[in-house]
Amino acid sequence: MISFDYSQLKASERQEIFLMLYETVLAREHVALGAKMVPFAGWNMPVQYAEGILAEHAHTREKVSLFDICHMGEFRVRGENADAALDRALARGVADQGVGVCRYNFLLNEKGGVMDDLIVYRVSETEFYIVVNAAMREQDAAEIRKRLPEEIFFADESDATAKLDLQGPLSAEVLGKLGISAESLPGYYHFTRAEIAGIDCILSRTGYTGELGFELYCPAGCAVELWRKLLCINPVKPAGLGARDTLRLEMGYPLYGHEMNAGTTPVEAGFGAMLHLENKREFVGSSAIRTSKPARFLKGFELAGRRTARSGMKILSEGLELGSVTSGTFAPSLGKAIAMGYISSDLPEGTPCAVDTGRGLIEAKISSIPFFRNGTARKKIDIF
Amino acid sequence: MKYYSKDHEWVRIDGDDAFVGITDYAAKELGDITYVEIPNEGSDVIVGDPIGVVESVKAASDVYSPVSGTVIAVNHNLDDDPGIINRSPEEKGWICKLENTDLAELDDLMDEEAYQKYLKTL
Repeated sequence: MISFDYSQLKASERQEIFLMLYETVLAREHVALGAKMVPFAGWNMPVQYAEGILAEHAHTREKVSLFDICHMGEFRVRGENADAALDRALARGVADQGVGVCRYNFLLNEKGGVMDDLIVYRVSETEFYIVVNAAMREQDAAEIRKRLPEEIFFADESDATAKLDLQGPLSAEVLGKLGISAESLPGYYHFTRAEIAGIDCILSRTGYTGELGFELYCPAGCAVELWRKLLCINPVKPAGLGARDTLRLEMGYPLYGHEMNAGTTPVEAGFGAMLHLENKREFVGSSAIRTSKPARFLKGFELAGRRTARSGMKILSEGLELGSVTSGTFAPSLGKAIAMGYISSDLPEGTPCAVDTGRGLIEAKISSIPFFRNGTARKKIDIF
Repeated sequence: MKYYSKDHEWVRIDGDDAFVGITDYAAKELGDITYVEIPNEGSDVIVGDPIGVVESVKAASDVYSPVSGTVIAVNHNLDDDPGIINRSPEEKGWICKLENTDLAELDDLMDEEAYQKYLKTL
């Protein structure tokens, strides 16, 4: 034994790493709740609480969990023609996005590689809110600012903003107990402004779990109060980044840095149809994407048994190397191991293959995505 | 008598047999265990040989045999319910049973008190 991520280091070395990490405003809350804290994307984050990842995963699928996602970045863009500027800066259309709508989008480089995946919120005709990955925040802020004309206002509001994700089939009822009526809840991939427990929030019906859920943005100074108030409502429990990862993988959602990076295009990652390349719209990276053929294809893999494929392991078919694993996990809701990875040809679902662990092969087959099909993310909210 | 390795395996001597597993500390550090690779019955192992793998949602760890011997039984309850190791790491969560162990090798291992002291240095 033992390959615990950081425990091989001496205590003093570990401390040195943790001293270099950012902390969210909720760090003390996590420690008080018995969280195991680990470095993630430069942040000291809870990977799990006392009950463990499997319990937190199940609680999110069956009831409702609260995640601290304060590490992610939030930008505001405002101005006449901000929509046209963002339309050129980002891979999916922004100009045709309705007010109150959230849209998954990509910041590409000139070669069509994904610099980050992000969500754009259209606040008004002339104002946008952009949510980006924690590790890419500084790069994204510099790059987006550079792509916008000078007269357009741009602000990185990440430090002043807290983000809490309330995810699970009972999440709408929890908000109901805080005075948000079911009728006033936004529809899937829509958002609204809401006062939750007396705190001014942006409330979007979005998430990373596949379940009915909401992402709440509030001033950083109110985060502890909002966190505590939400946790007081039965049956809300905290869940860490470990469960967030198993939940997102069961849905086949990509994680930046694993399924996508500056060397992969959205087309290779399976989002080609979203780009509507048949339209003539020009955006940074569009000519590269229109003229190049995908060199690899992101696929889901169902493994035989419980043994997990890890990032970097080779994917083989009939002895030939097809590609490699980008993420793998035991899927708690499915009772077997699943993985995502890139392969060099666009093979159909059901194609048998194998994952090379370095000490043996795990039988696998190409699977459709999502792996988990019973999520409540898009379900109609009952009026209760 | 029970002995512990620096790699967080335990071995319990029971007459002529030796039960092997991973410690409570190791199980807690790994978190929810989702898969255990078990050695083959009948195989001969030498102290320090990898005899299996324990995987959790977040990590994978090799298990090294704390003693030499012949595997005479393996705990197949772990096949479908590897969480036994989390619930009872040093009792029901045993991984394999060895015979023909070399008792002299136990000198290189720690007793419970020494292991608890060792954990404080990590």
